[in-house]
Amino acid sequence: MKVKGRSIWIALALTLSLVLVFSCAKEKEPYKVGAVFSVTGRASFLGEPEKKTAEMIAEALNNAGGINGHRLELVLYDDESDETKCVLAVKRLIKKDNVPVIIGPSLSGNTMAVVKVANDEQIPLVSCAASNKIVTPVVERKWIFKVPQSDTHAVEKIYDYLLKNGMTKIAIMSVSTGFGASGREELLRIAPEVGIEILADERYGPKDTDITAQLTRIRGTGAQAIVNWSVGPTQVLAVKNWRDLGMTSIPFFQSHGFGSHKNIELAGGAAEGVLCPLGKVNIPLLVVDNDPQKKVIMLYNESYEQKYNEPISSFGGHAWDSLNLVIDAMRSVGPDPAKIRDYIENRKNFIGQHGVFNFSPTDHNGLTKEAFEMVVVKDNTWALAR
Amino acid sequence: MEKISLLGQLTQYFFTGVTVGSIYALVAVGFNIIYNVTEIINFAQGEFVMLGGLVMVFLAAAANLPLPLAFVLTVAAVTGVGALMERFTINPLKNATVLTMIIVTIAVSIVLKGIAMFVWGKDPYIIPPFSGSKPIFILGAAIQTQTLWVLLITAVVVVLLSLFFKKTRYGKAMLACADDPEAARLVGIRVNSMILISFALSAAIGAVAGAIITPISLMEYDRGALLALKGFGAAVMGGLGSFYGAVVAGIFLGIIESFCAGFISSGYKDAVALLILLLVLYVRPSGLFGNVEASKIKEF
Amino acid sequence: MQKSNLKILLALIIFLALFPLVVLNVGAVGHYLDVMIFVGIYSLINMGLSLLMGYAGQISLGHAAFFGLGAYTSGILCTKLSLSPWLAMVAGVFLTALIAYIVGVPSLKLKGHYLAMATLGFGVIVYIFFNEEVALTGGPSGFSDIPGLTIFGLDLDNELYYYILVWSLVLIIMIFSLNVINSRIGRALRSLHDSEVAADAMGVETSRFKIMIFVLSAAYASLAGSLYTHYVGFLSPSSFDLFLSIKLVMMVVVGGMHNIWGALLGTWLLTFLGNEWLHVFRDFDILVYGAVLLAIVMFLPEGLVDLSPKMRRLWKRS
Repeated sequence: MKVKGRSIWIALALTLSLVLVFSCAKEKEPYKVGAVFSVTGRASFLGEPEKKTAEMIAEALNNAGGINGHRLELVLYDDESDETKCVLAVKRLIKKDNVPVIIGPSLSGNTMAVVKVANDEQIPLVSCAASNKIVTPVVERKWIFKVPQSDTHAVEKIYDYLLKNGMTKIAIMSVSTGFGASGREELLRIAPEVGIEILADERYGPKDTDITAQLTRIRGTGAQAIVNWSVGPTQVLAVKNWRDLGMTSIPFFQSHGFGSHKNIELAGGAAEGVLCPLGKVNIPLLVVDNDPQKKVIMLYNESYEQKYNEPISSFGGHAWDSLNLVIDAMRSVGPDPAKIRDYIENRKNFIGQHGVFNFSPTDHNGLTKEAFEMVVVKDNTWALAR
Repeated sequence: MEKISLLGQLTQYFFTGVTVGSIYALVAVGFNIIYNVTEIINFAQGEFVMLGGLVMVFLAAAANLPLPLAFVLTVAAVTGVGALMERFTINPLKNATVLTMIIVTIAVSIVLKGIAMFVWGKDPYIIPPFSGSKPIFILGAAIQTQTLWVLLITAVVVVLLSLFFKKTRYGKAMLACADDPEAARLVGIRVNSMILISFALSAAIGAVAGAIITPISLMEYDRGALLALKGFGAAVMGGLGSFYGAVVAGIFLGIIESFCAGFISSGYKDAVALLILLLVLYVRPSGLFGNVEASKIKEF
Repeated sequence: MQKSNLKILLALIIFLALFPLVVLNVGAVGHYLDVMIFVGIYSLINMGLSLLMGYAGQISLGHAAFFGLGAYTSGILCTKLSLSPWLAMVAGVFLTALIAYIVGVPSLKLKGHYLAMATLGFGVIVYIFFNEEVALTGGPSGFSDIPGLTIFGLDLDNELYYYILVWSLVLIIMIFSLNVINSRIGRALRSLHDSEVAADAMGVETSRFKIMIFVLSAAYASLAGSLYTHYVGFLSPSSFDLFLSIKLVMMVVVGGMHNIWGALLGTWLLTFLGNEWLHVFRDFDILVYGAVLLAIVMFLPEGLVDLSPKMRRLWKRS
C-alpha cells in the first residue's frame, strides 16, 4: 500500500516536470528580419537614423510581446555605403542568417547591386532608397519593393507649385551622385510635359566646397526659380551660396532630401524662405488632426526624440515604413518569404510615415505625389507653403 | 532680379577662384615645407586642414570661446598633432624608401580621418563668418566678407613665412637641411629638430587654412583627401619645393577651376585641373617656376 | 619553376580546393565563398601591381581606373552591342592595354612622387569620365542588368562555379607571372628596381620594360574588372574611385610587395578584415584599419610574407 502511494507521488512529480519542460520548449522561435543600412561611410546620414529607428521599433515590439508571441530578431549589417560590401552583406543575411525578408539598403546604387541576389534567392527586399529604377520594370523586380517616395512624385509636387504661382522658366542644379542624377532625369523629363522651360542645367560634385560658379551662371539666365537636387553637405552649401550671392529674390526649391532640422540649423539662417516637398513625417505639428497619418507620425516623432534626444530625420521614416510593413506581413503570414512577398504586393492602405501605401503587382512603391506636402522654411522651422 | 552682367560674372568667378585658390596655396605651401626638409610628400596634409576646421568649430561653437582665442588654440592644437605625427611615424623610419614614406603618410591620413569621424561624426559643421555674412557688391558680383579674410590671412602667412626663411636662424637652418643634410649636420644643425619643426609648421599652416575656409564651405571629417590632391597638384605645378611657385600655382588652380565651372562644365572642372597638372608633369615636371637643374636645389 | 614557388603553388591549390568544401558545409561561414570570389578578383589586379611596384619599382595610385575600364567595357559591349561576354572581356583587355600604353609612355619617364601624382591624376580623370558620360555609362546611377557568363552552355551564375572560374584564372596568371619574373625580362626588371642608372648603363632598355610591365598590370586589372561586372551585374563609378586605388596599393604593401605571393596574402587579409572581421569595431573601423596599416608599414616594411623570416632573424639575434 505504501509503495503504491509513493509511486503516485513520483508519477505526479514526473508529469509536472514534463509539463514544465514542455512549456519551456514551447517558447516561440524568434522571427528574423534582415537589415542592411549605410550606417557609416558617405551615406551615414541615411543609414544612422534608419538603424536607430529600426532598433527602436524592434525593442518596443518585443517589449509588447513580439509578433504573435514570437520575438523579433533584427539582424542588421552596415554596408559602409559601399556596393561590394552591400552585396556581401545581403548574401550573408540570406545564407548565414537565413532571414526570410530584408529591409534596406539605404542607397539606390547599393540596392541596384543587390536586386539580382534578392531575385535569384527569392527573398523579398524592401528598400529604403529612392530611385525609381529599383522597382521598374516591375516584371524584373518581382521580389523588390521600396518605401521612399520617388523623385517623380517630388518633382511633380514642385512643378505643381511652380505652375500655380506662375513660374514657368526655371534653372535646375543637381549633384553628380545617384540621387542627384535620378532627380535631374525626372526634372528634365517632366518639364516639357507640364509646360516648364529649363533655362539652365547645372551640376556639381558631392565634395565641392563652392557652388557660386553654377549659381552665377544661373543668375545670367534670368530664371524665375531655382530647383536644387542634392543631399549631403552640398544641399546646405547651395542654400548658403544662394544667400551669399544675394539671389534671394529668386525662389529656391530643394529636393525632399532637405528634410531634416539639422539642415536648417547648418544653413545658419540662410535657409529662410527655401521651399521643398516633404513627407509628412517631418512636419507632425503641421498635419491636420483628421489626417490618417497624424497618429503614427506624432507617435514616431515623440518616441524617437525621447529615446535618442534628437529630432527625427526624414530618412529614419523610411526604416519605420519598411520594418512595420514587414512586421504587418509577418503577423498575417509568418516568416515565409514567398508569402511575405505576396502579402506586401497586395497590401492596400498601409499608413506609414511617408504616406499611405497602396501596393499592387504593377506598383511596388505604392505612393503618389500626394505623399508630399509643400513646405517653406520660416523662422528656422517648417511651415506649410501656400 | 536683373540678369548679372558679363563683367559681374567674371568678377564673381575671379573672387571664388582666388578664395578657393588661397586654400590650395596654403596646402601646397605646407607640402613644400615638409618636402624641402625631408623629401617626403605628406599625404596627410589635407587632414591638417580638416582638423583645423573641426577643432575651430568645437572651440568657437561648443566651448563658446571668443574667435581670436579659438583661432590661436586651434592652430596650437593641430600643430601638436603634426609634431606627434613626426615623432611617432616619421622619425623612427629614417632609412625608408620613398614608397614606404608615401604609404606611411597615407596610413596616418586614414588614422586621422578615423579619429575625426569618431569624435565629430560624419556631419558637416560650420562656424559663423568672422565679420558677419552680408555680402559686398563689387562690379555686380556678391563677395562675402569672409573671402576678404581668407585673402588677407593667406597673404599674412605668406609674408611671415618668407621672412621666417630668409631672416631667422631657424628658417635658414631649415633651408640648409634641405640643400644638404650632411653638411647641415656638420655645421651643428640638428637635422632631426628641423624635421620636427617642418611638420609642426606645416600642420599650423593647414590649421589656419581650415579655420578660415570653414565659414564659407563648411567642414567634415573626409574633406582632407580632395584638398590634399589639389594642393599637391598646385605644389607640383608651381615646382616642388618652390614657395612662391606654390602660392601662385594654388591661386592659379583655383581660378582655372572657377572659370571652368563657370564657362565650360561644372562636372568636368576637377578633370580640367588634373589634366593641366598632367600636362605640366609630362612637359615640364619641374613645374612652372621650378628650375630644371635646380629641381634638386629647393629655392625659397 | 623554382622549387619553393612550386611548393607554395601546390599548397595554394590544395587550400583553394578544400576551402569551399569546408565553408559550404558550415552554415555560419557559407558566405565566405562570396568573399573569396572578391579576394580572387582583387588578387588578379594586385598581382599586376606587385609586378609593377615590387619588381619594376614603380608606383601606381590609379589602378582602379584600369579595373573600371575593363568593367565598363565589358558591361557596355554586352548590354549595348549584345556582344558575347567573352569577346567583350578580350576587347576590354585590349582597350585598357592601349590606354595604359598611351598614358604609360609619358608617365613612366617620371619618378617617385611625380609618378605617383601622374597615376593618381589619371585615375581620378577616368573616374570623372565614368561619372559624367551619362549616356555611355549611366553616370552616377550606374547601369544594371548586365548578363552573367556562360561556358559551353553552362550558366556560371552559381557561386561555386564563379569561384572556380576566378581562382583558375588567378592561378594561370600567377604561373604566367612567375615565369615572367624568372625570365630574362624579370631579371631586367629587378636590375631596374635596384638602380635604374646602373641598369641603363648595362644596356637594359629600362623604359621599354617599365612600359611593358605597366601595360601588363593594366591588362590584369581589366580582366579582373570584367569578372567583377559579370558577377555583380551592376556597375557604378563609386566602385572605381581613388580610395580603391589606394586600398589596392595597401593590399600589395601589407602582403609584401617584393614577393608576388605577398599580393595574394595582403589581398586576402585586407578583404576579409574590411568585409568581415572589422564589423566588430563599428565606428572605429576606419581607425583600426589605418592603425593596422601604419603598424605593418612601420614594423614590418617587407610585408606579411616577411613575418616568419623576420621573427627568425629577431630570434637569432637574441
